[in-house]
Amino acid sequence: MKNKILLISLILFICFCLVVLFKGLNNSNVYIPETTNKIIKEFKSRSLFSDDEISSEKILVNSDYYILNIWASWCGPCRKEHPKLMELSKNPSVKIIGINYRDNLKNAKNFVKKFGNPYSVIFVDTNGIISIELGAYGVPETIIVNKDKKIIKKFIGYLDDKSFKELNSILK
Amino acid sequence: MLANQIGYYSLILGLISSIIIIPISLKNYPHNNETIDRKIFSLSFFQFFFVLVSFIGLVFSFINSDFGNETVYNNSHTTKPLFYKISGTWGNHEGSLLLWLLVLTFFIFLFLVKSKSQPKKYRILTLLFQQTIIIGFFIFVLKTSNPFNYLFPTPKEGMGLNPILQDPALAIHPPILYLGFVGSSVIFSSSLAAVVQGYISKSWANHIKIWILISWFFLTIGILLGSIWAYYELGWGGFWFWDPVENVSLMPWLSLTALLHCILVLEKKTILTSWTIILSISTFVLSVSGTFLVRSGILNSVHTFANDPERGLFILFFLFFLIFLALIVFFMFHKNGNHETVKINFLSKETSILINNWFMMYFLSVVLIGTLYPIFLEVLTNEKISVGPPFYNKLILPFLVPFLIFMTFVPYLKWIKSEFNKIKIDIILLFILSFIVSILLFKQFGFESLMISILIPFTFYLFLITAKDLLSKNKKNFSQKVSHFGFSFLVLSILLNSIFSSEIIINLKEGERFSFQGGTITFHSLEENNGKNYKSIIGNFEIYDDKNQSIKLMPELRIYNQPSIVTSEADIKTTLFYDKFLVMNSVKNNEYFNVRYQVKSFMIWIWISTLILALGGFLSFTKRLYEK
Repeated sequence: MKNKILLISLILFICFCLVVLFKGLNNSNVYIPETTNKIIKEFKSRSLFSDDEISSEKILVNSDYYILNIWASWCGPCRKEHPKLMELSKNPSVKIIGINYRDNLKNAKNFVKKFGNPYSVIFVDTNGIISIELGAYGVPETIIVNKDKKIIKKFIGYLDDKSFKELNSILK
Repeated sequence: MLANQIGYYSLILGLISSIIIIPISLKNYPHNNETIDRKIFSLSFFQFFFVLVSFIGLVFSFINSDFGNETVYNNSHTTKPLFYKISGTWGNHEGSLLLWLLVLTFFIFLFLVKSKSQPKKYRILTLLFQQTIIIGFFIFVLKTSNPFNYLFPTPKEGMGLNPILQDPALAIHPPILYLGFVGSSVIFSSSLAAVVQGYISKSWANHIKIWILISWFFLTIGILLGSIWAYYELGWGGFWFWDPVENVSLMPWLSLTALLHCILVLEKKTILTSWTIILSISTFVLSVSGTFLVRSGILNSVHTFANDPERGLFILFFLFFLIFLALIVFFMFHKNGNHETVKINFLSKETSILINNWFMMYFLSVVLIGTLYPIFLEVLTNEKISVGPPFYNKLILPFLVPFLIFMTFVPYLKWIKSEFNKIKIDIILLFILSFIVSILLFKQFGFESLMISILIPFTFYLFLITAKDLLSKNKKNFSQKVSHFGFSFLVLSILLNSIFSSEIIINLKEGERFSFQGGTITFHSLEENNGKNYKSIIGNFEIYDDKNQSIKLMPELRIYNQPSIVTSEADIKTTLFYDKFLVMNSVKNNEYFNVRYQVKSFMIWIWISTLILALGGFLSFTKRLYEK
């Protein structure tokens, strides 16, 4: 009898731990450094589909929000988040700007052809300098900028359902 | 490319061998002959062999900088020195799990070969429990953390290994720690098998003790290496920070230490059986929990690696599967009645080991609560807190005093019953001596905290007693004396370190001088230097102490190019009695550097005493092999 009570209380306790840890897992612990409120400096590069050099100053105009998405064709998680970007591109108040990080241009073009192009423009970042200047940690990364060119939010890693929801709530 | 393919398919072959072992073992299990089917041996060998090939494949991919492999791409770079290319193999999540698997399969093979004198059914059951764990890890690796993921098109250059991981101590820290963790899995499986078979007995204790010693030895050394790394590389100027990830390795160690003492009793008398089983289970469960906490990213810490919830989910469920499995086996099969009825006197080794266990359990619970409480609090109330050293100091230090006193006389107790009729004069003398030394120290320096003032005389006393035992002519239980001496020495070094260390933090620019009580620091100049995969800025500092002796210290700032990270390398001058530790950090947009100068007393003795502690375990292990 004593044993049974012990067993049952043990099992209950363990289940409790399981539930708490399970919930804890869903709390994102991705450390995102304080980079918000920084103003995006001008950067220039050629675009993926045309050979002209373009400046960010000319692109970051006429929209309430800009989403800078750092991606590459060789990056698996980028593929995963791509449908979310496609969905976002339907929102007229948002301009999605791609930064193609250290990529083979042919593959990059194929990638967009195959999966769709959510970007209004794609900067080519062959040596990764633009991304480093933006303070990126890796690919993919998504940076939300308001109309004053201030960074208001940063998502490191691919956009999962949770961060996508958060992103949408910011854009509203 | 090829190495990558071979590695991947070899891993799958390994999984297949592991699965086939199960029906063959089940078929072999009911047979009454005492020999294990040879097929089981071969399969277990193949399982190990395939994982080994797979591991070597990954090592080759790293050496050749094959960036078509995602793991290599994420963690290596062509300009990295060869040594770190190799150590990069296990310096990341995927590779380190492959290493887990390698050690797991190696240990079960070793177990099968080395346990021929044990009952067959017990051996097969151990194998079956172990295979459950192995298959769990196989699936985990293949499904969520495949080290052979393929990238196309192949990138030209990799992302580089985090520079703070490019350190010799850290390169061997994970493999050694894993030997300890995985060793505890053998103890886990074997104790479950012994419970099912009703084989918890003296001969089982005798046989499993070797595994306990192996795990304990490697775990101790592994923790030591991690701690040395934190001291040199993180530049925080300490050896233990109560960081969750450090705690995670300390918890199995505490549990294993308790088990090590418990098994000594079981070897002599069939008592404390439930305790032994519970400790065997908890040691491994704590090791896997450690893996869960570190790998799932649920903790915020300097060394959390992965941040993939899917991985965390898998280990979490696997962990609870193991816990439930252990609980079911324990409650269904363990009969408490089958041990000897020995009347145990209060003053006996048995009682004292039980008390030792209670102390260990107390320390363990403190660390466990300190580590898990923030997670629980965040989930339940959404409040973020972090538990720091004051919590641990408050809860652990007061209990250290009785623990130390207790340790001074326990080794003298005999089995079953002892009497204190001959209190030797030298013991009293040592006691008086340690008090006098402490009072002198107190007068000279004046300790700030009451707790430390109380701890000091007892630590000294324990130190003197264990030193006396170690030097005595009686070489019985020599390994135990070595370990106990190492432990008391460690506590003493830590205490002295905390009392006598001092620290100065200032901002200096080139050419400036700063005077403080007990010396001056001069910042002479800055030099630039180029390393293989980094650029460094070296500061030339000269420090005069109060005796007007000068030393030169040259801390470094390293700017790694891939990934671009700045690390500060402390310059440390070690002498017998203190370390002089200088680290500098750049202050943003400023010609000033933040300089931290520390004098750390007895640092080297902390490392040496831990080595002595581990050496005791090693001696006991080799003695056992020799006796066999």
